[in-house]
Amino acid sequence: MEPFAHRSLLDIEGLTKADVERILDTAEAFLQVSRRPVRKVPTLRGKTVINLFYEASTRTRTSFELAGKRLSADVINMNVSASSVEKGETLQDTCRTLEAMHPDVVVIRHDASGAPSYVASKIGCSVINAGDGMHAHPTQALLDAFTIRREKGTLENLVVTIVGDVSHSRVARSNAHLLNLFDCEVRVVGPRTLLPPAADSLGVRVFDRLEDGLQGADVVMVLRIQQERLAGALLPSLREYARTFGIGPRTIQYAKPDAIIMHPGPMNRGVEIESVIADGERSVVLEQVEAGVAVRMALLYLFAGEANEPPVVGEAD
Amino acid sequence: MVASPSPRLEAPTVFSHTPPDVARTQKVVLDADAIQRSIRRIAVAILEATSGIEDLTLVGIRRGGVPLSQRIAEEIAKVEGRPPPVGTVDISLYRDDAATALPNPKIGPSDIPFDVSGRHVVLVDDVLHTGRTVRAAIECLQDHGRPARVWFAALCDRGGRELPIAPDFIGRTIDMDPTGRLDVWVDAAGPDRVVLTEGE
Repeated sequence: MEPFAHRSLLDIEGLTKADVERILDTAEAFLQVSRRPVRKVPTLRGKTVINLFYEASTRTRTSFELAGKRLSADVINMNVSASSVEKGETLQDTCRTLEAMHPDVVVIRHDASGAPSYVASKIGCSVINAGDGMHAHPTQALLDAFTIRREKGTLENLVVTIVGDVSHSRVARSNAHLLNLFDCEVRVVGPRTLLPPAADSLGVRVFDRLEDGLQGADVVMVLRIQQERLAGALLPSLREYARTFGIGPRTIQYAKPDAIIMHPGPMNRGVEIESVIADGERSVVLEQVEAGVAVRMALLYLFAGEANEPPVVGEAD
Repeated sequence: MVASPSPRLEAPTVFSHTPPDVARTQKVVLDADAIQRSIRRIAVAILEATSGIEDLTLVGIRRGGVPLSQRIAEEIAKVEGRPPPVGTVDISLYRDDAATALPNPKIGPSDIPFDVSGRHVVLVDDVLHTGRTVRAAIECLQDHGRPARVWFAALCDRGGRELPIAPDFIGRTIDMDPTGRLDVWVDAAGPDRVVLTEGE
C-alpha cells in the first residue's frame, strides 16, 4: 500500500475521499484494540506526542491522550492558556520551544482560526488540528463519519441534518466538507442568526423550520448551544430555542424511523436535546466517544510515521 | 500469475529492477500432493504433542498463515471428529520496525473469538524465515491472554533466522539462497503449490 501522503491534518478539505476511507478502515482495527483485555499495542514505542491546548477541552484532550497511550507513545499535555500566554510568549516562540523537545506529533487546539496551519509551517513534525476557532475540527468530523459508517453500513448518499449554531461551529463545517465527499445531502437548521451568511459555499441546504429539515433524515447531528450566544443577542432565550429547535420526542418523528442522533458533547439537556432522546435507543453519543479514541489512534499511527521513509515491500518475514 | 490475496504475490514492484527479458528461474518445490501430506503430518504431530484436542487452539498469522491454519484444523477434525477453535492475528502493530517503517501495509483485524488463557495455542504461518513475525505474533497473543503454552507450525522453513526462534512443527525445510523468494498458495485461488524464485 502507498505511504500515507500527508504530513499534517489541518482540515478535511486537504483530504481525498480515499484518504478518509483509509483513515476509517485503519480505525476499525484500533477499535478492536480498545475492546481487548490488554488495551495497548507497542506500535509507537519511543514516539512523543504533545497535546498543545490553548482552549479548555476535557474530552478531546483525554481522547488524544488515551489514543497515544494505547499506542505506547509518550504523551505530554501542555495547557498553554495557564502558562506561556499569561507570561506573554508568542506562538512562534512556543513552536521553537516545542521543536527543541523533538516531538513526532503535535496535537493543537487554539481559539484562533489558522493557528494549527501556522504551527505546521514553523515546526518540523506532524501537526494534527484538534479544533481551531471557527475554522475546522477534522478529527471530530472523522469520528462522526466512522460512527455513521458503523451504524448505517455506508457513508454514501445519506441525508444528514445538522441542527443548531452552525455559524460558530467548526464541527459543522468539517462535517459538511467530509459528508460532501460521499455525496450526502447535508442540511442545516437553526435560527437565521446562527446560520452562516454564505451557507451555500459549504454545500449545504438551509432550512428554517426544524420539521422540514428533519424530513427523511438518516442522521441528526445536534450541536451544542453555547450560553455566550445569549449575551451576543443572537438568541432571545434558551427556552424559546428549545421549543423551536430542540430535538425531542415530537420533532424526531419527522426524521426516518431508523435515524441516529449524534451530539459532539458536552450536551445541554433540555436545550438542544431532551434527555429522553439523548439517552434513547437511537442516540449514538457514547459510540461517538468510543470512535473518537479509535480514530485518533488511526491518525497518530498514520501521521507519526516518517514521511520520507520508503514503504516496506512485503511482510516482516 | 494466478490472482491471490497474498500481498507478496500482488507486488510487481518487487521485480521492477529486473529487466523484462531476464526471467528469473522459478520452480515448484512442493505440489498439491506434497502440501497435503505436509499438512496432514503437521496435524498429527500437533495432536501427539498437545495430547488431544481438549485445550488446543490454532491461530493463523495474517495473511499467509490463515488458510493454512484452516487446512490444519480440517485435518485435525478428520482424526478427532471436530476441529479445534481457529483464530487469526495481524502483527502489523507489533512489528519491531512498526515505528520507523510506518506507514505500512493496511492493518487487518486480529480475530481471536475465544480466551487463550490456559490453552495450548499453535501459531501457524506459511513460511518461517527471520523469525521476526513469530516474535511479533507471540507478543500479540500475550495481549489476548496467557496461554499455557505457545507452539509454532509452518509449512516451510527457509532458514535465515535473525532471532532465537525455533519451530515445533515444520512441513518441509527448503535450502535456498537468502535473496530468493518463496511463495505459498494454499487458498482457493488455483492449485496448491510452493514456488521458489531464485535470487540474483
